[in-house]
Amino acid sequence: MSEEKYIPNSKIGQWFDSRLPLLTLSAHLREYPTPRNLNYWWTFGGILTFFLITQIVTGVILAMYYVAHSDLAFESIEHIMRDINYGWLIRYVHANGSSMFFLAVYIHIFRTLYYGSYKSPREVIWITGLIIYLFMMVTAFTGYVLPWGQMSFWAATVITNLFSAIPLIGENITEWLWGGYSVGNPTLNRFYSLHYLFPFLIFGLVILHIWALHVPGNNNPVGIDVKKNNNETVSFHPFIVMKDLFALLVFLIIFFIFVFFAPNVLGHPDNYIVANPLVTPTHIVPEWYLLPFYAILRAIPSKLGGVIFMFASIFILMLLPWLDTSKVRSATFRPLYKKFFWILVVTVILLGYLGAKPPEGIYLILARIATIYYFVHFLIILPLLGRYEKTSPLPLSISDPVLNKPDIVDKFKKIVGEYEGENVDSFK
Amino acid sequence: MLIRLNSFLINIIFFIFISAISNPAYSEEKNVDLLKINWSFKGLLGTFDRSSLQRGYQVYQEVCSACHSIQYLSYRNLSEKGGPEFSEEEAKAIAAQFEVLDGPNSEGEMFTRSGRLSDKFVKPFPNVEAATAANGGAYPPDMSVLAKARKGGADYIYSLLLGYEDAPAGYELDDGVYYNKYMAGQKIKMLKPLSDGVVEYSDGTQATEAQMAKDVATFLTWAAEPHLEVRHKTGVRAILYLIVLIILVYFSMKKVWSRVDSKDDLEQQEDTFDKVEKWTTQYEGDDPKSFK
Repeated sequence: MSEEKYIPNSKIGQWFDSRLPLLTLSAHLREYPTPRNLNYWWTFGGILTFFLITQIVTGVILAMYYVAHSDLAFESIEHIMRDINYGWLIRYVHANGSSMFFLAVYIHIFRTLYYGSYKSPREVIWITGLIIYLFMMVTAFTGYVLPWGQMSFWAATVITNLFSAIPLIGENITEWLWGGYSVGNPTLNRFYSLHYLFPFLIFGLVILHIWALHVPGNNNPVGIDVKKNNNETVSFHPFIVMKDLFALLVFLIIFFIFVFFAPNVLGHPDNYIVANPLVTPTHIVPEWYLLPFYAILRAIPSKLGGVIFMFASIFILMLLPWLDTSKVRSATFRPLYKKFFWILVVTVILLGYLGAKPPEGIYLILARIATIYYFVHFLIILPLLGRYEKTSPLPLSISDPVLNKPDIVDKFKKIVGEYEGENVDSFK
Repeated sequence: MLIRLNSFLINIIFFIFISAISNPAYSEEKNVDLLKINWSFKGLLGTFDRSSLQRGYQVYQEVCSACHSIQYLSYRNLSEKGGPEFSEEEAKAIAAQFEVLDGPNSEGEMFTRSGRLSDKFVKPFPNVEAATAANGGAYPPDMSVLAKARKGGADYIYSLLLGYEDAPAGYELDDGVYYNKYMAGQKIKMLKPLSDGVVEYSDGTQATEAQMAKDVATFLTWAAEPHLEVRHKTGVRAILYLIVLIILVYFSMKKVWSRVDSKDDLEQQEDTFDKVEKWTTQYEGDDPKSFK
């Protein structure tokens, strides 16, 4: 991993580093060899780290003013929005930050799928990433409940009720989650506690995720192993840092457009109505980033079946490194996989769209087809592709993918021309 | 790289488009197109029309506040920047019109006093149950965040106020229920609140139904989002700053990467030259030296 042993320059540095090698760690992070051919899809790891920290910082500030009580929560948020200096900014950053966090994580996940980054030797990076994603969903869901608006209350009711589908112990689990016989103040309190806890668990997992990444190093768009310590890699700092920073700033423009000019577009108007257990909203819908799973949940005719398939749709991803048996990582060299990848993307987006529609008529039929296809993709198509797909030839190194291209002849002529003088044609 | 960046942006926009179209999907089954107004507070630099806000407050005070509370607004907000911007004296005078229940005092008694700037808007009913009972079983919603709690916001409020019609022939309406084409289910328990001249504007504006609806919708938008103006202003500044920063970072990045990119070109050239030499050898025969 680390090429040469790092020794701090100063005496005090050496004294400290031999006792706690933080300086060595920082040197490793700076010099970490990264494939030089990474494209902009690889900048989302940095963007995600930024959003995790943003969410934690704004969240800690909000927690200073928020009151986790069913009678006071809604009011305390209006207090933040109206009377706390720049409270509206902190809250809108936090609320829209979660949407951007998920947008970035979806791009990050689909990048992994396209370039086959989950394959050996990176399975553990992939699995820790999926656990982070699961924890993100728990955090987002518990956070959505905190404003104690109508959608908060009813989303909490619907989701916690899912557990009652479990045979025998389901009812007990649901009541245990509620802390009572319905969603109420104890539920709000424990969700608040969990909402504060999970981001730090995510933070810990992110450290493991990056640690696991730094063992084999990054995958790259070509998908073949890079040779370290030569011109195929660059040091993380300043090359990747600058590139990530640039991509982050571009991404922030989108974020800022939401925060400052459309802060409530991604939310639901009903969440500005205080929770009322006696009035059920016409349609109970989760936030946009959970809609595909909601569509799967409702596509299955039985409640228990729906819950099983919804969880299976996430856990199946953990098996992906073993379901996809192709040795070739990047979709660039897998003509068939590339097509199926885009069909999967469309399927997931379609599921998200259907999750927002009422489960009836054509919407339900489409949701069922899309759900079936989702599982077929992972359980049937990928293993078969691994066996039968004819992949394109892989280049020998990441700096040498052009050998077979037709323009090499022109380049050849040009360079020869420079050496030969003007008379190019005479050469042949 | 710009091409890559382009496709990156297109993808982002695509994702946002997708998430945006999923939102209208939440709406009610039967959707009547709302009346649309060119609100002054829409757009990147949108601000409230002060006189409209002041008139809107008057409409709220004289018409709506008989049943609807705005419990999260304080009288001091009326004189704050970005709002109706009454002068502090005017706001004090407005607050003083109301009786506020305070206490307990040192004897343990509750007492009433006239309102101050720091008081919240006085509610027409002491609690939800009282409000519901007094209004035929329908709670008149608190208007603090009403503009954010309804799809369509100000357009919805404006449309609803102007949406009262005679029910179509054969349409059954119970006592105390009215027909409104913009209400979900077309049935509303609020009596048509506005009619021409129901308030008298002191600034000479004609108090038509549409004018009052517009003014009160503006006022309620401000009540739901009192920091809207500063939000827009901060947003424009933040994004301009970002754009400048992006340009600087872009060229810094180019500079940093030129260290390896140019090296790369050189190496590639040498590489190609080696190959050229090899192939020429094949064409030229055994003597590679003669080529050079």
